[in-house]
Amino acid sequence: MTDVPLDPIAIDVGSLVKKTVTSLYSHLVTRPTGRAVRMAIETQLLGAGSRSLSLIDLSEVTILDFSCADEVVAKLLQRYLEVDAQEAFFVFCGVHEPHRDQIQVVLERQGLVAVAETDTAVFELLGAPDDLEQRAWLRLEERGLIGKDDVESLFPEDEQRAALNRLVDRRVAFRSPISGRYHALSRLVRHLL
Amino acid sequence: MNVLSVPTSLDHLTVDELLDATHVAAEGRLLFDARHLRWVDPNGMVGLLLAGSVVQSRSGVMPRLELPENVDVLGYLSRMGFFREAQEIFEYDDRAPRRGSGPSDVLLEITPIRANVDVHAVVDRVQAQAGTVLASKLGYPASAVVQFSVILSEVCQNIIEHAEAPGFVAAQAYNWSKRLGRFVVVISVMDSGRGFRGSLNDEHAARYADRWADTTALEAAFLHGLTRFPDSGRGQGIQQIRRQVQRWNGAITIRSGTARIGQVPEWDDTPPLVDGLEPFPGSQISIILPAKT
Repeated sequence: MTDVPLDPIAIDVGSLVKKTVTSLYSHLVTRPTGRAVRMAIETQLLGAGSRSLSLIDLSEVTILDFSCADEVVAKLLQRYLEVDAQEAFFVFCGVHEPHRDQIQVVLERQGLVAVAETDTAVFELLGAPDDLEQRAWLRLEERGLIGKDDVESLFPEDEQRAALNRLVDRRVAFRSPISGRYHALSRLVRHLL
Repeated sequence: MNVLSVPTSLDHLTVDELLDATHVAAEGRLLFDARHLRWVDPNGMVGLLLAGSVVQSRSGVMPRLELPENVDVLGYLSRMGFFREAQEIFEYDDRAPRRGSGPSDVLLEITPIRANVDVHAVVDRVQAQAGTVLASKLGYPASAVVQFSVILSEVCQNIIEHAEAPGFVAAQAYNWSKRLGRFVVVISVMDSGRGFRGSLNDEHAARYADRWADTTALEAAFLHGLTRFPDSGRGQGIQQIRRQVQRWNGAITIRSGTARIGQVPEWDDTPPLVDGLEPFPGSQISIILPAKT
């Protein structure tokens, strides 16, 4: 039996924008456009079961404004952090320099965090993590996988382990319900990139 | 017919004179006398259209526009798409030149903003032209076209979400050789809607009590990011525009009602806050981005 009961799916935002608006370009601008794209993503996730991992691909998006970043990134994350929501994890890829600032701003404003591929095979934790969360995420990202037995040695302080578990709660790390191992999200979507 | 003299130089520095004069103009049919117009920038053109449309709504008849005598100014107004919009607002003689079909040097022609699809059109258009202008005239990196487009998108959405009335946007590059010794890009976005005070009134006026005015409404939105929406994701557009304009050492000012607030760099001696203007509907935003030194 697999340790990760997830079947990651890739969602190309560029093609969703083209289906949503009449534009020669893949511009993710205006709040109604962002809302429509977010709802299209949510519709795709309806069939993904009670636990899902999605790779949201922004690499074909030319322009991303703040209103759309708020809808497609911040509000999407918020929606699945609600108590009664399905357990959905997201990794945003193609978050290159032109999009990075907009995404960082909306995440900070809403007190959220998100895993993003900011350069080829380079992943960062964007948004508003605290110092302990940032360090815990970097350690997990370096290793890709942390076994249950290694947690004590890698995170000797209670507050460090609490930070690791907060990453799981904030959906930027995955803890296997089968083995209790912690997985970096980047490792789980690497085959889709 | 009452006559309103259009300033000979109609730009970001003088457009308030025109808007103020429009408010105080006597009732009845109005003539905008632009015969002596020698210089006009996007703020002037968009301001003139806005002033005309306010007069038309107020009086119920089209105001008359005496066209500039200067053929260069006439040609420039034509290239900027002024007459395409003016024909719905002003009555004027048929001296207005038709636009040529050749390649245009205009960064963004005067474009009406009525719905979100217009914002997409603006961003599409800017994508096609702005990169070259920003790189060659302002010395900005190639990636600046993205932030420039984001600014335009957010500032145009401001019209749709808050004004509840149509507006216009336009942008052009100029060589401010005497004024600043370098090129600038001037962006103007104006509407005649309910303005910042009107937009924020229901949600925030009570907190300010008798201090509530155009000035405090502008400060609330411009400095503190307040919006009429309870959603905390809203209200960041203006804040982020300010931040980006500051990064480029640019100037941004917003007039709404009787006040104008601004974020001005060291090269601009515009006061950061002006109050006591004549009440003019809507909001009028001017952004000036200078070339890198």
